[in-house]
Amino acid sequence: MPRRETPEINGGSMADIAFLLLIFFLVTTTMDVDTGILRQLPPIPDVQQEKTDIDIKERNIFVVLINAQDKLLVENRFMKVEDLREATKEFIRNELNKETLPEKEPKFIEELNKEIMVPKGVISLQNDRGTSYGIYIEVQNELVAAYNEIRNEAAFEYFGKRSFEDLTENQQEAIKKIYPQRISEAEPKNIGDR
Amino acid sequence: MAKFNRAKKKGAPGISTASLPDIVFMLLFFFMISTVMREVELKVQVSAGDLPKATEIKKLEKKSLVSYIYVGKPRRQYQSLYGTEPRIQLNASFATVTDIRDYIISEREQRDEAEIPFMTTSLKVHQETRMGIVTDIKQELRKASALKINYSARKMD
Repeated sequence: MPRRETPEINGGSMADIAFLLLIFFLVTTTMDVDTGILRQLPPIPDVQQEKTDIDIKERNIFVVLINAQDKLLVENRFMKVEDLREATKEFIRNELNKETLPEKEPKFIEELNKEIMVPKGVISLQNDRGTSYGIYIEVQNELVAAYNEIRNEAAFEYFGKRSFEDLTENQQEAIKKIYPQRISEAEPKNIGDR
Repeated sequence: MAKFNRAKKKGAPGISTASLPDIVFMLLFFFMISTVMREVELKVQVSAGDLPKATEIKKLEKKSLVSYIYVGKPRRQYQSLYGTEPRIQLNASFATVTDIRDYIISEREQRDEAEIPFMTTSLKVHQETRMGIVTDIKQELRKASALKINYSARKMD
């Protein structure tokens, strides 16, 4: 008996099948990358540690309060969110060495091989339980933005690069030592009662 | 002797579609690889448009090391059961603040021990939520010593 030839499979519809699958994946795909503001929470203090609170001079603290009506009180002055960035930058840098703004102390930076006057400012952020999350993030964003802008300027001053991101890891470390991001969040209080 | 050519057909010749499947397959593989199926069904209202906007945002790297906490009003179909006050969602179910510690512990158990210090908790919170519940979550995370957190936010143009 003669062997029967198996007929060739027509490949023409392969494209259709592939298209079908392609459309399925196109529809189900969600390419959302999660973005946000990264923060490090402070660890819970030990019982013994709690008693030895570090005293920080008042001129070194930049107090930002947000109340339940989403209003800002910065260093005992009312302020709009838009003005916060400039005020924060002025505080952190203290270029004019004002009495009311933070002290500076000389610190040896290995990467630059010289001593630099490093300001000792700390930002203290406090919010009410009734504060809305939106304004809280807006304030956090402004504070981080102030630090980023200062670091960018420092990157230009010390290394001649346009932005902090362009520096090598070592150089970034040096800038971080000069302007460490110090944002402290106090335990929340419930005043607005909402 | 000169041959007489027959009059040529005018116009461009048809493009061969034989390589079409290859191109489509290439696209298909791209989408298959880049696709991420949503693992959990959201029971609270925190779609991308409800997140707060910010400019200083960073991309979260290593998605496998991120655990999510969703906070927002329950979706309409759950409102009869859970009310309209903002609630916490962990995995696929509603939870209370006290459940967070167990959640973090169970998330840790799923990972390699060496990876635990790099684990991040991403807070997806509706922007109209009051800070009270967020503060409670943060306190609870501190107690569980899950200190790396991310306030999920959209890019502001």
